[in-house]
Amino acid sequence: MAAKDPFNSPSDGQRTAPPTIWELRLYVAGRTPRSLTAFANLKAICEENLGGRYTLEVIDLLENPQLAAGDQILAIPTLVRRLPPPVRKIIGDLSNTERVLVGLDLRTARAVEE
Amino acid sequence: MNKMTLGPLEKCPTGIEGLDELLNGGLPRGRPTLVCGSAGCGKTLLAMEFLVRGAVEFGEPGVFMAFEENGQELAQNVASLGFDLPGLIAAKKVAVDFVSVAREEIEATGEYDLEGLFIRLDHAINSVGAKRVVLDTVESLFSGLPHPMILRGELRRLFRWLKERGVTVIITGERGEGSLTRQGLEEYVSDCVILLDHRIVEQISTRRLRVVKYRGSTHGTNEYPFLIGEKGFSVLPITSLGLQHVARNERVSTGVPRLDAMLGGNGYYRGSTVLVSGTAGCGKTSLAAHFVDAACARGERALLFAFEESPSQIVRNMRSIGIDLQPAVDAGLLQFHAARPAMHGLEMHLAAMLRAIDEFEPAVVVVDPASAFVVAGNDYDVKAMMMRLVDYLKTKGITALFCALTAGEQLESSDLAISSLIDTWLLLRVIDLAGERNRALYLLKSRGMWHSNQIREFVLTDQGVDLVDVYVGPAGVLTGSGRMAQEAAEKAATLARQQEIGRRRRDLERKRLALEAQIAALRVAFEAEEAELEEAIRQGEDRESVLVEDRVDMARLRHADQV
Repeated sequence: MAAKDPFNSPSDGQRTAPPTIWELRLYVAGRTPRSLTAFANLKAICEENLGGRYTLEVIDLLENPQLAAGDQILAIPTLVRRLPPPVRKIIGDLSNTERVLVGLDLRTARAVEE
Repeated sequence: MNKMTLGPLEKCPTGIEGLDELLNGGLPRGRPTLVCGSAGCGKTLLAMEFLVRGAVEFGEPGVFMAFEENGQELAQNVASLGFDLPGLIAAKKVAVDFVSVAREEIEATGEYDLEGLFIRLDHAINSVGAKRVVLDTVESLFSGLPHPMILRGELRRLFRWLKERGVTVIITGERGEGSLTRQGLEEYVSDCVILLDHRIVEQISTRRLRVVKYRGSTHGTNEYPFLIGEKGFSVLPITSLGLQHVARNERVSTGVPRLDAMLGGNGYYRGSTVLVSGTAGCGKTSLAAHFVDAACARGERALLFAFEESPSQIVRNMRSIGIDLQPAVDAGLLQFHAARPAMHGLEMHLAAMLRAIDEFEPAVVVVDPASAFVVAGNDYDVKAMMMRLVDYLKTKGITALFCALTAGEQLESSDLAISSLIDTWLLLRVIDLAGERNRALYLLKSRGMWHSNQIREFVLTDQGVDLVDVYVGPAGVLTGSGRMAQEAAEKAATLARQQEIGRRRRDLERKRLALEAQIAALRVAFEAEEAELEEAIRQGEDRESVLVEDRVDMARLRHADQV
């Protein structure tokens, strides 16, 4: 993965300020229907709620099995929100949009924005 | 990968002391085995030892998938058993994957599967070429992941997948209420189930292991004690050893010549079991010390298990009766193992004793006192334990001497209820008579040899134990000063009798002399008379002849006719 400066170091020292970039990873194992569903659901949610302020990396564990241990992946598919902290994991096909939003803390994020 | 053979079930040896015997060779190869038990009963350790021994002794690398402890914690925990986990990991013989399931950071949104776990496991197996896998404790998934139904299905799939990979697996599970595991894993893992138990009875803990089921194989069905020692797990003792030992004709000295004589002159049979029972302070330990001393003097190794006295205390006390055990200790011929009976449970004691015997390989073992175990267990357990110990010692041909403390009147039924296991039984008892207590030794039984039926007085001198004939006479059985007084009285009576005889003999002599004197006097009188008479006769005859001559002369003078 490419190194990014995720913290966006706010000059005013506002520690609670949301970062501008959301770093997301979706772990899948092959192009299974469930993976594809999860990816499509995630894409839709992100476009609607984060529009361009996110990075999404899809990791296929069939190709890179050694990456599973790093993020403690057991369930597939698993979406990991690496930033902003804390790390959150959302497992399943992301079909329940409401829960994905809660899981990603997007509701709070949007409230702060507005 | 899974070999389909129709022969007997292939076994995968665990390398754990005693467990393979119990399992008739090992775990079912290529199949999962469930090891379940309550917290702290040694599941993780058993699984880890299976893996480490597999990698070190059988050349079978393994994967440890830890759901509860991370790699560092695991390495620390097993280092105490002498397993170098980091070294094995570096040598690519073992792979450890720590799986953390944190419920608080996981949100579920729809269906999922455990493909991630499969991939990790697969990756770990491939990285070391594993033949053995441990999942410890896979049930943690239930607390970390939502949708138990999905999990159950996935676990079922996981076990099937592991079988297809042909790896031998140990799955650990926490014991649940009314079932073997909390999540009913036993439903999925049906090939072999081992239950570990950690019981506290009267404040003493005992670990036990039971093979609940083993599909397609015979196995020991009892509950077997096990211990986690400095060298890992050991299940002990190996299934009942039975009565297959060879009886030997060789004899070993008891260390007390008179006692040897009571046993037909040669002492105990080698490999036999001797019980010395008696009340407190009757000299059991002294007799044991003699036996040990004699063994060491023959150059044999002796192992003394002391449960009431410390080694130095025994050495000091035995010195007071002239037995110095210290040289044998220094020469490495005598080893002490001292422990308080309440320190461990019975099984732990047994295991520790067997281990000590195995390591030291003694010819002679003394347990002083065996009755101390009653503290650590109930009668049945003690008997079972003693039986196993006796069996083990007999199989090894070790001559054993057990001391047993008896209380009160039941002298001939030892508290241990082991009398029937014993070959030679010496009973020491105190005889209370005439204001003093004296020790006496009875030979209650001695299988397969002539033995004396006589009671001996047992005297502790500064030269060691001595056996003295007791006084048995019209006044009953006497010991101690009673015996001595009686003996003195008898001696006096004998002397008096002898004096009487002498007196009579002198009387007779005197009479004979008197008689002879009388005879002599008579003879002298007779001789005097005889001489007198003969003189008178002679004078008479002389006178006669003179008269005749006179007559002739007269006639001639008168010119009488010549006739």
